[in-house]
Amino acid sequence: MENAALSIRDLTKEYVRGKPVLRGISLDFAGSGFTAIIGPSGTGKSTLIRCINRLVEPTAGSVIFENQDIVALPRRALRLARRQIGMVFQEYNLVERLTVMENLLSGRLGYVAPWKAWLRRFPQSDIDDAFELLDVVGLAGFANQRADSLSGGQRQRVGIARAVMQRPRLLLADEPTSSLDPKTSVEIMTLLRDLGRAKKIPVIVNMHDVELAKRFADRVIGMSGGVVVYDGAPSGLNDTDLKSIYGGEDWLQ
Amino acid sequence: MNDATLEARIWHRFTPAQRLVRFAVYLTVVTAVVVSIQTVEVIPEFLLDAPEQMADLLRRMWPIAFSHYPKGVHEALVETLHIATLGTIISVVIAFPIGLAAAHNIAPNRLLNHAARLLLVSSRSVNSLVWALLFVAVFGPGALAGTLAIAFRSVGFVGKLVGEAVEEANRGTVEALEASGAPWLSVLSFGYWPQIQPSFWSVVLFRWDINVRESAVLGLVGAGGIGMALDTAMNLFQWDRVAMVLLAIFTVVIAAEIVVTAIRKRIL
Amino acid sequence: MNVTAPRVAFPPNWRARAAWIALVLYIVYACSLLDFTWARFMVGLDNGARFIGRMLPPNFTRWEILVKGLTESIEIAILASVLGILLSLPIGLFAARNLMPLWVTWPSRILIALCRSFHPVIVAIVFVKALGFGAMSGIAALTVASIGFAGKLFAEAIEEISLKQVEAVRATGAPFMNVITYGVLPQVFGRFLGFSTYQLDSNLRNSTMVGIVGAGGIGGALFAAFQRFDYDFVCAMLLSIILLIFAGEVVANKVRAIFVERTRVDEE
Repeated sequence: MENAALSIRDLTKEYVRGKPVLRGISLDFAGSGFTAIIGPSGTGKSTLIRCINRLVEPTAGSVIFENQDIVALPRRALRLARRQIGMVFQEYNLVERLTVMENLLSGRLGYVAPWKAWLRRFPQSDIDDAFELLDVVGLAGFANQRADSLSGGQRQRVGIARAVMQRPRLLLADEPTSSLDPKTSVEIMTLLRDLGRAKKIPVIVNMHDVELAKRFADRVIGMSGGVVVYDGAPSGLNDTDLKSIYGGEDWLQ
Repeated sequence: MNDATLEARIWHRFTPAQRLVRFAVYLTVVTAVVVSIQTVEVIPEFLLDAPEQMADLLRRMWPIAFSHYPKGVHEALVETLHIATLGTIISVVIAFPIGLAAAHNIAPNRLLNHAARLLLVSSRSVNSLVWALLFVAVFGPGALAGTLAIAFRSVGFVGKLVGEAVEEANRGTVEALEASGAPWLSVLSFGYWPQIQPSFWSVVLFRWDINVRESAVLGLVGAGGIGMALDTAMNLFQWDRVAMVLLAIFTVVIAAEIVVTAIRKRIL
Repeated sequence: MNVTAPRVAFPPNWRARAAWIALVLYIVYACSLLDFTWARFMVGLDNGARFIGRMLPPNFTRWEILVKGLTESIEIAILASVLGILLSLPIGLFAARNLMPLWVTWPSRILIALCRSFHPVIVAIVFVKALGFGAMSGIAALTVASIGFAGKLFAEAIEEISLKQVEAVRATGAPFMNVITYGVLPQVFGRFLGFSTYQLDSNLRNSTMVGIVGAGGIGGALFAAFQRFDYDFVCAMLLSIILLIFAGEVVANKVRAIFVERTRVDEE
């Protein structure tokens, strides 16, 4: 693909030598669009997502983002690259004892000097953005509430808002709805899709709920045993594909 | 039911090896006690005399010399509290970075990690009285030596517990901040600090409580505080004044414990 | 949402700011009160360098005194621990509010508080006056300290037990002592053993110190050497004490490991 925003080449990851979790994955992502990665548990979805911003160190391969190979970046440059990539986590990973506002602004930590962050001296533009985002995610008025007083759905909204606060060029989400009930899951997915469209950035979400993926994604990537077995439109996903992703067929009835 | 099954049903709580180790421990304890009793120097006359001497001592302590408090005890008591408090503050300042370096999840390398742990262990292995003797030799008698003694003894305690609190911090939260490209110091202040804050304050309060008790004794080796007043009264055999000093120590220690318990309840 | 009203990202935390200012003011005030000056500190550093120079190399030529002192310290620690723990068992039980009536718990709790409030070295002074110089006083002082700490921990452990099990034993019509041995002891035995090893560890540390006031052990020789400016011998003694305490900690951990397994077996 020409001018891909993110292109992954021959990505391999072995936690234990000789037992690869990812076996030479190559993928390209355009500058916008909602991609869902589906697959059974333990198939390397999380590892793939985490290799993109190197929370997990890849064993081999490259991740080209904005014309630089993230895998080859030294520490400081990696940090600068990470500022461009927002991430949403399954367990929200909020700082529980801080307020919602502080959690949102922690998305700007990559841009603010540590001593200023300590004194909570964030630029006014960041604070304005944060208030605006709180309105967007439906948490207006929650700014000064502590994160641990929120419900799961509310926490994930804060998690998404924090990622968007980075003004990222790419948004990653690692099983963002796996800890939530079905109704809240749909709301969170809607929020992710709408924010991705509004900010014109690609969103890559990894999930195991096939129906949810079909409903929201522009593109579905199916993984099994560390390799990509399906890559295409959600409408093209048939039972044969699902069988090759998840194995067996009893569950399809 | 035949004999074979009966035998098989005999129940042992531990394996033979486990029982052997336990037996060895019990045997060692008993031997140690017996040997100690036989070799330790006990003078029977003194022992027989003890109840009478004790009664005599208590009689001389009564009535307590309350009039001695304003001019002989109060100032020393306040000094003791300052030694304990300042010593705790200094120890926190020193212990915090060492504790962070001792936490294996944030120490930048293993060498620094081990060095920090060694520092903490050595601080804890030296009694505060020994620290006081050392600092009296260096800085001369007085509260400065006492304060530093308290500080150096507390570094190991505070640093160890801070390090443990950091190691128990939730990884996910920290990962989220790292993923946003936050610099190391900001990860520390936004990711770790809010998580360790409650245990940090509780450790500091707990240590302050211990330090109030420990600083009362430092005066015996010349490191300032109420121990000096105790030493003076004792050398002059003014037992009613000794009783006054002991009462003052008791009151302050109990008060400190009540204050600490109350604050901890509110924080946690 | 009313957009015109200014929204505040961080409500100002006036209490925290006031606390920081108060802390700084306190440090300045206390330092001036205790007469800490930079000049004194610099003079001290000078002294310190000379002091360390005189400590090195450590002088082990009088190793007989050293070994004799250490042995006596170990004996004091062992006997005080055994005696203290034996006494702590009933006192701790009497202080447990879930099993005993108020008129029993109150005197026990006051006794424990009294034993806890004084540093073992201060208790040792009193015993030296009553029992005379020597290991006897040291043993008595550390026994008192053991009652203060082990007694409190025992009482707390007993207060945390499940009363349902006690009730079940009581329902069988068992007499009081059997209720204790079958309903209470099994629930707390493992933790008691843990506390006891901690107590031995702590008594070992303090038994090297009570000699400072003449209550036996290596502390007497240490203090005397300090007063004679015999710093290379001081250094030798300090190294041996640290080594001893280190060994004590290792042994205590090993023993705890042997018996902690037992408590796990109990729970299965």
